[in-house]
Amino acid sequence: MITKRIIPCLDIRDGKVVKGRNFEGIRDVADPVEMAAFYNESGADELVFYDITASVEQRQLFTDILTKVASQIFIPLTVGGGINTIDDFDRVLKCGADKVSVNSGAIRNPQLIEEGAKKYGDQCVVLSMDIKRVDGKFHLFAKGGREDTGIDALQWTVDGVNRGAGELVVNSIDTDGVKEGFDLELLDEIAARVNVPIIASGGAGKMEDFAELFRHPGIDAGLAASIFHFKEVAIRDLKTYLRGEGVEVRL
Amino acid sequence: MIAVIDYGVGNLFSLTASLNYIGADVTVTADKDVLKAADKMILPGVGAFRDAREKLFATGLVDTLYEQVEAGKPLLGICLGMQMLFDKSYEYGEWDGLGLIPGKVRYIETDLKVPQIGWNSISIKEDPLFKYTKDGDFVYYVHSYCATECGQDTIAVSDYHVPITGAVHKGNVWGTQFHPEKSGNVGLGMLRAFNEL
Repeated sequence: MITKRIIPCLDIRDGKVVKGRNFEGIRDVADPVEMAAFYNESGADELVFYDITASVEQRQLFTDILTKVASQIFIPLTVGGGINTIDDFDRVLKCGADKVSVNSGAIRNPQLIEEGAKKYGDQCVVLSMDIKRVDGKFHLFAKGGREDTGIDALQWTVDGVNRGAGELVVNSIDTDGVKEGFDLELLDEIAARVNVPIIASGGAGKMEDFAELFRHPGIDAGLAASIFHFKEVAIRDLKTYLRGEGVEVRL
Repeated sequence: MIAVIDYGVGNLFSLTASLNYIGADVTVTADKDVLKAADKMILPGVGAFRDAREKLFATGLVDTLYEQVEAGKPLLGICLGMQMLFDKSYEYGEWDGLGLIPGKVRYIETDLKVPQIGWNSISIKEDPLFKYTKDGDFVYYVHSYCATECGQDTIAVSDYHVPITGAVHKGNVWGTQFHPEKSGNVGLGMLRAFNEL
């Protein structure tokens, strides 16, 4: 049977993995190629690389790293961060990405989803969204979750899939960093509206959170960063545990 | 040398990188003479059937491809490249395939999400392609259409609430619906086995 996927996310800046995105003051960094190899050996089902660099020189460093990883590790690689034009799709796909994740770029120009899907296929376009409750409604946020767009996130999701997004990453700002479980209410709302794979992000703190997540049949994958980076949860242990809980996983 | 047929469909980075990784000699080509000189051929492909089929025929390589298969040269089709090996596809219409393996490509009729995206286990028959593969190993799929009516040529099946034809083999032609170049060590093992044929 098809398995539920466990996906570590690597934020890359200055050619290094920044481990502590959600924790002020933590400057712990690691070599992305080594880390990717480690996760591959540990049973990660895919890897997501976010380019959080600012300058052109650093962007070059990022694509060099991507090429290095993609030449040694043969599981699906998704790249996000700074994807604003179809040229950005070309750039990262040429360097070994399999899927391209769009977020703020698609908010500025929703056409980007269609362009990417038309040129590379729906399976290549991952729509990533930062969502937060505002006055009881789910709002879509831009710029790494810093800016409320006022857009209804549930409608945005449906529109995105209609435009050709082949997978969704749903990141809940409300649960992100809290480590008390995924935002199941939000995830269920989205799962009820679309029929593409949903990757849940934000809130994983322990193994039980993933078991709880996968009791919701509309969710296909769980994405996390810090709990894997700081070895609070080892992916192989997590998968062994999930299998014991009756969740289909690749071991 | 393995010739990877380049007809402008999909991203060949992972495929060439994985073949390089296992030590195969790889050339990405749209040149008849390179196909003729190759020991083995791979037909990749991602996207829509009709578009890919038109692009493949537009290369003018199809006659050479038939001739080389006829001469016994191993051919591996991957994903859409596999789907093109069959008689017909019913993706947005009805299209003739290459007819190298009997079978028809149809939309996956399942109660699960389509496309199937992710890792699924395979039940395998004994086959030279699976020299390094175990029954129950996991492979990575991304597809909305699937080969049916392949009969005894089916060598791997996955369960997606309906049986999914994972791989086929007839004579010197193989096809995998999943992506060996994205299936970790399991996939690398299959590429190694193909390289060693």
